[in-house]
Amino acid sequence: MNKNINIKNLIIDKPLKLDCGQTINNFPLAYETYGSLNEKKDNAILVFHALTGDQFVSGINPITKKDGWWSYAVGPGKAIDTNKYFVICANVIGGCLGSFGPSNTNSETNKIYGTTFPVITINDMVNAQHNLLEFLKIEKLFAVMGGSMGGMQVLQFVSNFPSKAKIAIPIACTSSHSAQNIAFNELGRQSIMADANWLDGSYANQNKNPDKGLSVARMAAHITYLSKNGLQEKFGRKLQERDDLKFSFDADFQIESYLRYQGSVFVDRFDANSYLYITRAMDYFDLTKEYNGNLSKAFEKTKTKFLVISFTSDWLYPTSENKEIVIALNAIGADVAFVEIESDKGHDSFLLDVPKFLNTLKDYINNSYLKN
Amino acid sequence: MKQEFKIISDFIKKNTRVLDVGCGDGTLMEFLQKNKEIDIRGIEISKVNSQKCVSKGLTVIEGDAEKDLYQFPNSSFDFVILSQTLQAFLNPEIVIQELLRVGKKAIVTVPNFGFWKVRLHLLIKGTMPITKNLPDEWYNTPNIHMCTIKDFYKFCHDRDIKLDKALALHNEKISFINEANLNIKNLSAELGIFLIEK
Repeated sequence: MNKNINIKNLIIDKPLKLDCGQTINNFPLAYETYGSLNEKKDNAILVFHALTGDQFVSGINPITKKDGWWSYAVGPGKAIDTNKYFVICANVIGGCLGSFGPSNTNSETNKIYGTTFPVITINDMVNAQHNLLEFLKIEKLFAVMGGSMGGMQVLQFVSNFPSKAKIAIPIACTSSHSAQNIAFNELGRQSIMADANWLDGSYANQNKNPDKGLSVARMAAHITYLSKNGLQEKFGRKLQERDDLKFSFDADFQIESYLRYQGSVFVDRFDANSYLYITRAMDYFDLTKEYNGNLSKAFEKTKTKFLVISFTSDWLYPTSENKEIVIALNAIGADVAFVEIESDKGHDSFLLDVPKFLNTLKDYINNSYLKN
Repeated sequence: MKQEFKIISDFIKKNTRVLDVGCGDGTLMEFLQKNKEIDIRGIEISKVNSQKCVSKGLTVIEGDAEKDLYQFPNSSFDFVILSQTLQAFLNPEIVIQELLRVGKKAIVTVPNFGFWKVRLHLLIKGTMPITKNLPDEWYNTPNIHMCTIKDFYKFCHDRDIKLDKALALHNEKISFINEANLNIKNLSAELGIFLIEK
């Protein structure tokens, strides 16, 4: 999985104290950049990726050979125009594309960490990525943005570093992971752990992989990223390369075949233990609790200008949860804009070709940059 | 209506915090931002319009002024603007209360249903009036609580809402409204513009 081709790596020598109590140091943070930093150094955008994303936001991902995960939004002439802006994205710690994660080898035991890797949080991820600013010699970012878990990192980043970003765009996210979302994540984790090849997380030491468990986890999660209407419209009850039902447990329906495919390609690019660690980090995310039940306090020290975006058909991170962020910001007179974009593409809307979303994002970013 | 914007702009002092309730596509917000050094926010119910505003880089939240003003603390704005929107609310009375809670002062403009052309339309034609300011048919109008300048004047008076300024607008001409000329202005003006406070 970690073939180390074309991967930019920053070795962070500054010790990082994790929320779990452990301290890590000399650990790798893999990142990628697009476009170039201008002379004034005021055009840098830090993008945070979601659960299964990576640092390859745009262009062709050198590992999967497919388009970067946010290619609809980021690139030359796109909403986040890499001809104008310097876009940075790092693989989160706990991930599996070059950053310090459970698939790394523990130099003390010479074994792959697996579940001996420390439990990490969104806060830890953000603190690790903050090191990139110093390394790239950026005093202040123009923008931080991201969807889903990327949006949670946006909120955490502004809360931790209130003067480090001019604008912040959390998309389709929440300030506190809901019971429903914890439940879905637990389903995915249990599916991985139920695979006989998981071996308590030490599969990599024995050249095995819990493909089936990880694949089912992905299938279940994938359903939550779509909407009922979207699924119905795309698949309905259409059959997969057959004229009639086969009276078997083959993938008769296109939706079955589609999910199986999604599961099978996922295991080629993602580490099962990383999936456990990152979903855990999302479940532990509760910025409201961090500030004793008052989310507004997380943003009291910031002058950052916010744009919160949600989608009508997103039932995983519904508009109501996004609005809680808006309400908390308005309660302290912070500069916050909010739109709910109409889309039947569910939670995945932020990753897809949704023109109303992409156009609004583009114009907001460009106009906010002009007002620099 | 440029003249209306100019009057609103004149009411607003420099370096203040302003909220435009029902800000539409952000035209007034942009006008004010250009002419005044103020910190201005907006709230707009229509998706199309709120996306237009955000695209312009304006700080606007998509929301319903009848439900969503609660999130703004007491007196968190120096001025709250309600431009030609009051008549579209289910409960204008509660909205006015909210405006005066959130804002130290409120600027409310009302299309005058007492304007002589409106009265004449109903009197002669016997159908619901359609004018420049009120272009919709009775069956598709968003304006469900039409009032006259006199109605609004009385509304404020009955609730001890202070009328700091009351202006009448007709053919881009501005005049003051007072107790003595209320009936005349109620007949001759298309729009009433009020600066009110609790």
